[in-house]
Amino acid sequence: MGERPIAAEARDLVKDFDGKRAVDGVSLSVPEGSITGILGPNGAGKTTCLRMMLGIIDPSSGTRTILGHDRPLEIAHQVGYLPEERGLYPAMPAVEAIAFMGALRGLPLREGRRRAMELLKSRGHEDWAKRPIRTLSKGMAQTVQLFGTIIHNPRLIVLDEPFAGLDAINQQKLEQLIRDQAAAGVTIIFSTHVIAHAERLCERIAIIAEGRAVFEGEVDEARGRLRPIVHLRTRAEDGSWRAALPPSAKLVGGEWQFELPASGPEPLLKALIEGGAGIETLSIERPGLHDAFIAIAGEAAAREMGHVPAVEEAA
Amino acid sequence: MKLPEAIRAAFVIARRDFTATVMSKTFLFFLLGPLFPLAIGFGFVGIGAQVDRNSKPPPVAVIGSPQDFERLMAARERLAPLSDTEPLELRHVAAQPDLDEQRKRLLSDNDDPVIAVLDGGLIFPHLTGAVTNKGRTARQIRLYVDEARRMAVERPVLGSPLYLTPTTSTSGLEAFARNLTARFGQTLLFVLTIMLAGMVLSQLIEEKSSKVIEVLAAAVPVNSIFLGKLFAMLATSLVGIAFWAAASASLIDLLKEGGLAALATPAVGWPAFLGLALLYFSMSYLLIGATFLGIGAQASTAREVQILSMPVTMGQLLLFGFAAVGVGAPMGAPAIAAAIFPLSSPFAMIARAAEQPALWPHLVAVVWQALWVALILKVAAAIFRRSVLKSGKSSSRWWRRKRV
Repeated sequence: MGERPIAAEARDLVKDFDGKRAVDGVSLSVPEGSITGILGPNGAGKTTCLRMMLGIIDPSSGTRTILGHDRPLEIAHQVGYLPEERGLYPAMPAVEAIAFMGALRGLPLREGRRRAMELLKSRGHEDWAKRPIRTLSKGMAQTVQLFGTIIHNPRLIVLDEPFAGLDAINQQKLEQLIRDQAAAGVTIIFSTHVIAHAERLCERIAIIAEGRAVFEGEVDEARGRLRPIVHLRTRAEDGSWRAALPPSAKLVGGEWQFELPASGPEPLLKALIEGGAGIETLSIERPGLHDAFIAIAGEAAAREMGHVPAVEEAA
Repeated sequence: MKLPEAIRAAFVIARRDFTATVMSKTFLFFLLGPLFPLAIGFGFVGIGAQVDRNSKPPPVAVIGSPQDFERLMAARERLAPLSDTEPLELRHVAAQPDLDEQRKRLLSDNDDPVIAVLDGGLIFPHLTGAVTNKGRTARQIRLYVDEARRMAVERPVLGSPLYLTPTTSTSGLEAFARNLTARFGQTLLFVLTIMLAGMVLSQLIEEKSSKVIEVLAAAVPVNSIFLGKLFAMLATSLVGIAFWAAASASLIDLLKEGGLAALATPAVGWPAFLGLALLYFSMSYLLIGATFLGIGAQASTAREVQILSMPVTMGQLLLFGFAAVGVGAPMGAPAIAAAIFPLSSPFAMIARAAEQPALWPHLVAVVWQALWVALILKVAAAIFRRSVLKSGKSSSRWWRRKRV
């Protein structure tokens, strides 16, 4: 993270709805120019956290600061927000919808229209300009709303489940747009329950489960919580080499999987060879974010997100 | 958010709403809607006039000398102002040798029908026809004959006729007339408000159903959203009022003669009164509209809006009734109470403008009402934030998750 200034910060955010705690003491800090992913299953409290940070709702307790302001709406003209529930006026032409979203955040309407046309043209969508939103497909409308989110050149962009409802091509385009914005120095926060997007895009993540931030830090830090996984296939089914495997080793589809022992790969290899394992294949895999997520948030959270644990079969 | 920024944001929302409303096809129906009952009303007036003309009783045929007929007509003229009913039509018919035959022919003539036949001159008047002794025709003919006989024997009385010295008004008449103006202004204000402020109830439905509210609430304060929506609807209403005033030839007729011209000049004068009427309409619209917006914002569907409309309309009627009690006694407790209670204040004050010449109370009232608009908007926005924005999907999702 270095010494970069903080673009957005939450401290002990709590939100109760009708006596039920939706968010329970979430803290996170987002450095300027970073891409930060908020990961968690549906209902974990990601959207509520984002809404509190943006000032749409007030926290029951705790504080938040956006671009140095503790009243987020005061700095709304420097923030872009794509809500989870996409919302556009159905009768409004696309170019007007984009310009209107800019106007809400202080961009003069005329300038908004000009930039909207530029944005649409740059993506080859100029034929959408005059079309009312109701005549656009869901993906097209989502793109229009995304353009409306960035039309005023915000310093901070908050995207709530931005990939939901997009096909693979549009997901790729959106990922590129996020990278482009980040390259231009814009801070990006997005929530998702698809770990792959976070893994490809983020340098920082916050994992939220049951209203609590169970991890907040760099992606490598999350991965670093797990030891590398060894994948081993042997000709020998049994022998003294088995003593080199940790007790947690599991046999999955004829392949042994286990965490690399703390002593490292060399003593392991030596023990396997000397123990007559007859190594067919051996690979050491750095844990992915997915594994880190399961380790941090737990298998239940991973299941809610549609990710089943990789190691299923006990040895 | 600073005030100018909040107003700028409100303006952005107002402009969008105003454009979306005025540029929609349905706005044409909104404009033309109130003209339909007006046109129908005038159509009925025309038909009524035609029916009235057609329903006049046929004349009475008077058989006799031209002199007697002239006397009867003079008597009829003289007696006409004493009655609000239309005087009987008389038609002179020269006498023919066979009177019985002539009577029969006249009474059965379908081309030129008569209701009765009077003969015998002023000495032996004899009325024949489908009449009764105490009926309107017989009574009027009796009066005409009596008056014609009296005019024939009386000598003209020397002296001057009644001279008139018309004054512009008397205190009694003025108070009575201004009372009418006050009621007229109050009623017009109420009708326009009840007709137009109801539109505000359905505001935010579009945003809530299309999820735009989240985009708006993330960018501008809810106060600005409410203010913008309210001013957009006020502007829409003023466009409607301007259109109706311009398009309605009947209203122009009303202004020219009879109608408004018949109303007494309000105590503050017509220009000030009309200006105040516009101002109080705006304040009334904003006050009631802000309340409606707060209530309507709780509704999620058009059906819920309809359900809310009934008690809201009844509430408006109560406010109008409250303000109407004070008309005629502007310094009385009911009038002052109605002027102080914010939601009835515009109705009470427009009546006061008709009855009292002082302008400063209006300045105080407008400031007072504006304060209440701000207060109601703030409370409505707070309720909206608390009850709608925070009880969205997140809450229900949390609930579902806990159940799982």
